[in-house]
Amino acid sequence: MLSPNENSAVALTHTAIALQLRGVSKTFASDERDGREVEALAPVDLDVRTGELVCLLGASGCGKSTLLSLIAGLERATGGTILCNGKEVLGTAPDRVLLFQEAALFPWLTVQENVEFGLRQADKSRAERAEVARYWIERVRLQGFEHAYSHQLSGGMRQRVALARSLAIDPAVLLMDEPFGALDALTRDRLHAELESLWAATHKTILFVTHNVREAVALGERVLVFSPRPGRIVGEFEIGLPRPRSLEDPAVVAQTARIMNLLRLQMSDFSEKSDICRRR
Amino acid sequence: MLSIADRPALEGQANERPARPGSQIKRTSGLHLPHAGLATAIRRLVFYAVLVALWELLARSGLWPSYLLPGPMDAFGALASGFRKDLYVEGMLVSLKNVAIGYGLSVGIGVSLGVLIGRHRLLEETIGSLVMGLQALPSVCWLPLAILWIGLNERAVIFVVLMGAVFSITLGVDAGVKNTPPLYVKAARNLGAHGLGLYWQVVLPAALPAILGGLKQGWSFAWRSLMAGELLFYSLSLGNLLQTGRDLNDVAMVMSVMALIVFIGVAVDRLAFAPLERRVRGRWGYDVNK
Ligand SMILES: Nc1ncnc2c1ncn2[C@@H]1O[C@H](COP(=O)(O)OP(=O)(O)OP(=O)(O)O)[C@@H](O)[C@H]1O
Ligand SMILES: [Mg+2]
Repeated sequence: MLSPNENSAVALTHTAIALQLRGVSKTFASDERDGREVEALAPVDLDVRTGELVCLLGASGCGKSTLLSLIAGLERATGGTILCNGKEVLGTAPDRVLLFQEAALFPWLTVQENVEFGLRQADKSRAERAEVARYWIERVRLQGFEHAYSHQLSGGMRQRVALARSLAIDPAVLLMDEPFGALDALTRDRLHAELESLWAATHKTILFVTHNVREAVALGERVLVFSPRPGRIVGEFEIGLPRPRSLEDPAVVAQTARIMNLLRLQMSDFSEKSDICRRR
Repeated sequence: MLSIADRPALEGQANERPARPGSQIKRTSGLHLPHAGLATAIRRLVFYAVLVALWELLARSGLWPSYLLPGPMDAFGALASGFRKDLYVEGMLVSLKNVAIGYGLSVGIGVSLGVLIGRHRLLEETIGSLVMGLQALPSVCWLPLAILWIGLNERAVIFVVLMGAVFSITLGVDAGVKNTPPLYVKAARNLGAHGLGLYWQVVLPAALPAILGGLKQGWSFAWRSLMAGELLFYSLSLGNLLQTGRDLNDVAMVMSVMALIVFIGVAVDRLAFAPLERRVRGRWGYDVNK
C-alpha cells in the first residue's frame, strides 16, 4: 500500500526538536475605541521533540487556541520567536497544519475534494491527488463516502475527513485544537484510539489541546498545564506509562488526580485576580 | 479504552458508519411533504378559479363597458390570437435576447465589482458608497441619458437593463464576500491556499448563497427595467406590444401581454433560481425546508 507519510528516518532523529518556542507572547488590541488590550499569552518557552505527542491543558480562555494559531502562522506573535524544524515561522506553511474544533470542511466540496484541497494548492497532478486522497480516506475508514458532502456526515465523520485532509499534505507538525471536543464520549474514545494508531504509524509531531485531563494523560507523552489568562506553562508532566493505556488504569487515574490538583490551584488563584488587564 | 487492541470491541457499539455506505445519505430535495404540497396546490387552484369567476361576473355586470373591462375569455382569446400571428413569440424572443445580454453584462460587472469592494477597504469607502447611492435610482431614469449617449435603439434598452441589475448584484456579492466565514479562510490558508486561488476556491464558493440572492434580485430588476425601456421603443418587443395594445384601444391585448410578462418573470425565477438556491442552501447546510 502507498504510504506517503511513513518516514523511516524518524527513529534516528527522534531527539531532534520539531518546535522551538522562545518567549512567545500574544496581546490582542481588542478594541480601537476604548484602548483595552487582552494579554492572551504570557511569554512561553517550549521545546517539542520530533514525533512527540504533547497534550495541552488549561482553563477556558487561557490562550491555548491562540498558541496553536501562532504556531500555525495564522496569527503573528506579539513577541518571541517560533522555530519549526529550525526555520522561523513567518506565516502559514504546509509543514504545520491546524485542526479546528469545528471540522471546517468546505461544504461545497465532496469528501474527496476536501481531502485533495491541500494537494491542489501544491499543484499536484490529478492522478497523484486521487491516489493520496484514496489512501487517507481509507486510513480514516471513510471509503464509500468519497462523494458525500459534509452536511451528509456525522460530526465524527467530519473530523475524520478533516484529519485526512490535514494528513494528505504530509505536515511535520499537527496542531489539534479540541478537534473531538464536540463529540460524544464513545466516538471521542474511538477517534483518540485512531489518532494514537496514526501517530504510532506516522510519528508526526502532535500538539493536542483538550479539556479532559484523563484523556490527556492516556494520550500524551507529555502533558502541559497552562495558567489562566494570560497563559503560561505552570506544570509539565512526562507520562512514562506503557501503551496501550486504558482510561481506567490506576496509574492513569493517579496521574490525572495530580494534574487536576494543579489545575484547581490555578483556578482559585485566578479568581482573586482581575479579569482583563487594562491599559490606557 | 484508548488502546488499539480494544478497538474491535468498540466497533459494534459506537458504530458511526451505516452498514451500507450511502444508505445514510439523504437527498435534500426529498424533504418536501407531498401532502402539504398537494393541499397548497389545491388551495391555490381554488383561489384562482374564484378570482377568474369574479372577473367574469364583473365583466358581465355591465358596470363598465366591455371595451374597458373585457372578460377572461376575451383576454384569453387575445393571447391565443397573438401567438397565432407569431407576434407574441417574436416579441418574446426580442425581449428575452435583450434581457439576456443586459443581465449577462451586469452579472460579469457586478460580480467583479462586488468582489473588489468586498475585499478592499478603500474601494468600499469610495466606489461602494457610489453603488449604494446609484441603487436608489430607478433604472428607467437612466433612459434619457442612454438615448442621448447611444441613440434610440435596442442598445439603449440593454444599457437600462444593465444599470437596473448591476448594483443589486454588486451589493449581494459584496455582502457575501464580507461575510465569508473566517474559519473557511483560515482552514484554506492553513492548507496552502493564497492569492487568487483563495478567492476562486474558497471566498467565492463560501459567498455563493449570498451571491445567488443578489443574482435573483438582479434578475427581477433586469426584467422590470427591460419593460420600462421597451415601452418607449417602436421595434417589436413585449413592452412595445403593450404600447401597441394601448394605441389600438385593445384592453384584452394589453391584459394578455401583461400576463405573458408576469409569466416569464415568474418562470425564470421558479425554473432557474429556485432550484439552484435550494441546492446551494441544502449543500451549504442551511435549512432547506424553510
Ligand atoms: N482575535 C481576538 N481578539 C481579541 N481577543 C482575543 C482574540 N482571540 C482570542 N482572544 C482572547 O484571548 C484569550 C485566549 O483565547 P483562546 O481562544 O486562545 O483561549 P483558549 O485557551 O483556546 O480557550 P478555550 O479552551 O475556551 O478554547 C481569550 O481571553 C480571548 O478572549
Ligand atoms: Mg480554544
